[in-house]
Amino acid sequence: MESVISIKNLNKTYGTGLRALNNINLDIRRGEIFALLGPNGAGKTTLISVICGIVTPSGGTVLVDGHDILSDFRAARSKIGLVPQELANAPFESVLATLKFSRGLFGKPDNPAIIEKLLRDLSLWDKRHEKIMALSGGMKRRVLIAKALVHEPEILFLDEPTAGVDVELRHDMWDMVRDLRANGVTIILTTHYIDEAEEMADRIGVINNGEIGVVEDKTVLMNKLGKKQLTLTLQQPLSNIPNELTNYPLTLSADGNCLTYTFDVHQEHTGIPELLRKLGKHDIDFKDLHSSESSLEDIFVSLVKDKS
Amino acid sequence: MNLYGVRAIYLFEMARMWRTLMQSLASPILTTSLYFVVFGAAIGSRMGEIDGISYASFIVPGLLMLSLLGESISNASFGIYFPKFSGSIYELLSAPVSPIEIVVGYVGAAATKSVILGLLILATARLFVDYEIMHPVWMVTFLLLTATTFSLFGFVIGLWADDFQKLQIIPMMVIMPLTFLGGAFYSINMLPPFWQKVTLFNPVVYLVSGFRWSFYGVADVNVVVSVAMIFVFMLICLSAIWWIFKSGYRLKS
Repeated sequence: MESVISIKNLNKTYGTGLRALNNINLDIRRGEIFALLGPNGAGKTTLISVICGIVTPSGGTVLVDGHDILSDFRAARSKIGLVPQELANAPFESVLATLKFSRGLFGKPDNPAIIEKLLRDLSLWDKRHEKIMALSGGMKRRVLIAKALVHEPEILFLDEPTAGVDVELRHDMWDMVRDLRANGVTIILTTHYIDEAEEMADRIGVINNGEIGVVEDKTVLMNKLGKKQLTLTLQQPLSNIPNELTNYPLTLSADGNCLTYTFDVHQEHTGIPELLRKLGKHDIDFKDLHSSESSLEDIFVSLVKDKS
Repeated sequence: MNLYGVRAIYLFEMARMWRTLMQSLASPILTTSLYFVVFGAAIGSRMGEIDGISYASFIVPGLLMLSLLGESISNASFGIYFPKFSGSIYELLSAPVSPIEIVVGYVGAAATKSVILGLLILATARLFVDYEIMHPVWMVTFLLLTATTFSLFGFVIGLWADDFQKLQIIPMMVIMPLTFLGGAFYSINMLPPFWQKVTLFNPVVYLVSGFRWSFYGVADVNVVVSVAMIFVFMLICLSAIWWIFKSGYRLKS
C-alpha cells in the first residue's frame, strides 16, 4: 500500500540531553487510521510535533506525500491538520474569526460554505460568534478540531483527542474520524485509551522510550499476541498441581481455589477436553469455569514491559 | 509566497486593534493630549522659543515620536507574545508560512496601527497648538520608517520574552529613559557639551531630530545621519529576527 508519510532514521535529542526519539522508522499508509500507543513521555507528541514542524528534528528525514518537511515545508505542511493535546486557543477571539484565520494561514481563500458545514458538523454553529474563553472544555476541543480541518487537510493528527472529554463527545469524535477516513483522509491518533485504538485503528504502533516497538495491523497484533485463559474454580482447594499435569501451562492461585490454564487461540487443539478428562481422573471437581481473551491493553502492557 | 497566510495574520492582528479600540488608540491619544496641556499650554507659555519655534510647537514631533515608539513596541511585542503564552503558536509554527511572511503579517499590522495612531495624535495636537509641516513627504517617510523599525524591535522583544514581566521591562527600563532623554522636550544644544556628546549614543535623538526637521526644517543632527541611523537599527532588528527563526530560539525546541 502507498505510504503517505515516510519517516526514516528520525532522531530528536532535546537541548537538555533528553533523547525523545531514537531512530524512528515508520510508514503511514494513505487513508488508514493509525494509532500511536505509548505511556506518558514515550515520545508520541514529539514525533507528531516533528512531522508538523513544531519541533526541529536532530537527524533523519520525514516525507509527507513525497515532500520533505524541511526543504519543502510549504507543500508538506499544507496537507496536514493538527489537533494538539493542550487546549491552546486564542481566548479573546470568536470561533468564526479563529477559523477564518486558520484557513488563511494555511494558504486557502475564505470559504464561508466550508466553515459553516464544519461548524454545523461539530455542533458549533450556534456558538460561532462567542469568544472561545466563554466555551466549555469540550467545545474548546471541538474548536481545535474545526481549526485543524478548516483547510481541508489530507492528513489529520489527533494528539490525545479524547483526553478529558465526555462520553458523548468521545463517540461524536469517533464517528467524525470514521467519516473523515471514508472521505480519504489519513488519520494518525495518539492515545492512552486502549479501547480507543481497539475501536478505531486499522494499524497500531507502540512507542516507548522514543523507540517504535511493534507496528502491526490491529487484528494481526491481537491475534498474534492474543492469549486465552481458562479459569476453573475448584470445589476443594488444592495444595499443589498433580505431577501428571505439570507439563500443562497451569497455575494455581495462592489459596489453591483457582486453576488457570493458558492456551493459544490459534492452535487447532486447545487441549481443553484432555485437561478436563485428566482433572476428572484425579477427582478434581470444579464448580465454575470461564474463559477470557487478552485485550489490547494486556498486550500493550506486556509489550511495554518487555521493552523496558 | 503564502499571501493568504500573510493576509490572515494581518487582518487577525488588525481585528485585535478594533476590538481593543480604547486601549489601542484612545489611551495614547489621551496621554499625549495631557502632555500638550501640561508641557505645551501650562509650562510652554513660560518657556522661550527654541530655534525660533514656540515651545508648544517644538514638542509636537517629539511627543508624537514618544507615542509612536511606545505603541509600536507594545503592539508588536504583545501580538507575537500572546500566542506563545496561550499556546496557540503551535498553529503558526505548523502552518505553511515562512518566517518572512510571519514578520510581514505581524509587524505590518503593528506598524499600521502605529501610523494610524501617529496621524490621530497629529490631528489631536492641532486642537492645542499650531504647527506646520515643511516637508510632508519626509514626515510620512519618518513616520513609516520609525513605526516599522520599532515594530520590528517590539517583535524581537515579544519573541524573546517568556513572561509578562520581560514583555514590560525593555519598554519601561530602556525605551522610556531613551525617549525622555532623546530630545523630545528640549534641543540637545541646550545640554552642556559633555552631555551633548553622550546623547549622540541615544538612537532616539536621531529619530526625534529628523522628524522635527520634517516639520520645521531645524535639526539637532544632520537629517541624512538620522535616516541612516534608522536603517542601521532596522537592520539590527531584522538580523535578530532572522537569527531567532533560524535557531528556533524560544520558538521551537
